[in-house]
Amino acid sequence: MTHAGGYIADPRIRKIEWLPWVLAVLCYFVAPSYLPLGSYVLTMVIFALSLDLILGYGGIITLGHSAYFGMGAYVAGILAARLTGEPLLGLLAGTLGAGLLGLITGMIILRTRGLALLMLTLAITSVCYEVANKATALTGGADGLGGFTVQPILGLFKFDMFGKTAYLYCLVVLFVCWWLVRRLVYSPFGASLTGVRENNVRMHAVGSPVYQRLVTSYTISAALAGLAGALLTQTTQFVGLKVLGFELSGELMVMLILGGVGRIYGAFVGPLVYLVAQDYLAKQFPEYWYFGIGAMLVLVVMFARGGILGIIDAVIARLRRKSD
Amino acid sequence: MQDLLSSLVSVAFHGLAYGMILYVISVGLSVTMGLMGFVNLAHGVFAMAGGYVMLSAMNSMGIPFPLALIAAFIAVALASMVLERLLYSRLYTAGELEQVLFTIGLIFMSVAVARLVYGTLPQPVHLPEYLKGQLHFLGRDFPAYRVFLIVFSVSIVGLLWFGVERTRWGAMVRAAVDFRAMAQSVGINTSRLFTLTFALGSGLAALGGALGAEIIAIQPTYPFEHLVFFLIVVAVGGLGSLRGPFVAALLIGVADTACKYWVPEVGAFFIFIATIVVLLWRPEGLFGKAA
Repeated sequence: MTHAGGYIADPRIRKIEWLPWVLAVLCYFVAPSYLPLGSYVLTMVIFALSLDLILGYGGIITLGHSAYFGMGAYVAGILAARLTGEPLLGLLAGTLGAGLLGLITGMIILRTRGLALLMLTLAITSVCYEVANKATALTGGADGLGGFTVQPILGLFKFDMFGKTAYLYCLVVLFVCWWLVRRLVYSPFGASLTGVRENNVRMHAVGSPVYQRLVTSYTISAALAGLAGALLTQTTQFVGLKVLGFELSGELMVMLILGGVGRIYGAFVGPLVYLVAQDYLAKQFPEYWYFGIGAMLVLVVMFARGGILGIIDAVIARLRRKSD
Repeated sequence: MQDLLSSLVSVAFHGLAYGMILYVISVGLSVTMGLMGFVNLAHGVFAMAGGYVMLSAMNSMGIPFPLALIAAFIAVALASMVLERLLYSRLYTAGELEQVLFTIGLIFMSVAVARLVYGTLPQPVHLPEYLKGQLHFLGRDFPAYRVFLIVFSVSIVGLLWFGVERTRWGAMVRAAVDFRAMAQSVGINTSRLFTLTFALGSGLAALGGALGAEIIAIQPTYPFEHLVFFLIVVAVGGLGSLRGPFVAALLIGVADTACKYWVPEVGAFFIFIATIVVLLWRPEGLFGKAA
């Protein structure tokens, strides 16, 4: 896959990078009835960012990233149901829980490559799924975990039924995540990660600690996924087994590919386009929707490997050449 | 004691039937992944297609069971040949990610088509009269259909092994698995070999899906739901080998049946844990060659 992203010499925030935030704030005022969908989109953007970090920058192909999302979701849910509904504490717990799981599993599985690695990511998710499915006392099993209340954020902002607080909450959390990921990707650490993706053997040859780099990025990515999971739990006040499913991992990958891999903003565009289209089409024409998703994946792989942003880049480049 | 023995026999028997089905479905995946290095997550699609072809041939056209099986094999093998020439072959040199995405795309499309044509419910399986009922054997009863499954699968496996180990085609396949460039340079037409092998593997998957329709229900989510098991068989067994996936499939079949029988509360948990352990111990699989 042609990746556009990676180390750049001038990491200052360009003007256009403020555009998504302006749009997101505008949405809050313009489309109040779509705020629950908006919160979900923002949550999935965080999740997609976390996948982009390891897939787009680290080059690790995983079919089981929902393990960490689900871990965060369940930790936050169980915490709220058992101990306290304090949201920030829940976010922290979900992030740490998923990060720990990411560290442990990452240390184990990142020693392998290729099919074995793919298989291991899938197997780990399956184990998590089975555990959540069978530990009904803690997780509610197939019925899901609900019936807990999330306290107001900082004791000030109550979650309202229109999803206004939830939307802004997600937006703020996403902003922090974006800032972190951006710093990380444009740092020397991000550069070495890109190096691993582009040429693993050469990175070994120049003495880069490849394995440690991968484990570190995997842990951070897992923690971010957990954060997204916890966020979903708190904004929907429910956790279902779906958060650990293979379908979610697959869908997430589709969203990221659609937006563009290895370029932070692909993780913004993909979920937005995918989820809004899904909201319109999936309920009315479920069969056609799935067929369309599949066809789109095949077409992206065959013709447009940079996703939507890649296409935009190509068009801009062509226009520039013409005007010269 | 008697109870324990009879439950042991029963678990071994049902596990064997399930394992054989898993093997017939997955062996093609092992060969195509070993031969072409292609990560084909959509292999289950061929098994599902085989099931649908057989069931609609039997249920709506009234074609007898043996003919319907053959029809499933041929139809899917031909269709996969077209797919291979048109799409798969373009991605042999592409990266793993492209192959994964492309095949996930295929799964999505096939799930949609299956849902559109057949609806979401599992398809009913009407076995022919002569395969219903029980067989008496060593003082015990065995369901006739499962006995047939085991015998039939064993003969297919025998044929396949004979083909790979003793025929000229088999020698070419083994040569190409071992060293593709060398095989090509001694004049083996590898791209035609790939197409034929791919078609055979998909046809076998179709046969497995059709045969096992009674054990693994044919429904639109089939390629997603059982993907993990097909992949485990191949990854644990070892790419490009025939023996490895055979051992792995039987182990998984028996272990899964045993878990469901004695400890239903843990489900498939043990199988996943065992897979993780095996892959960490031998990343190339039990019988795979070290990369």
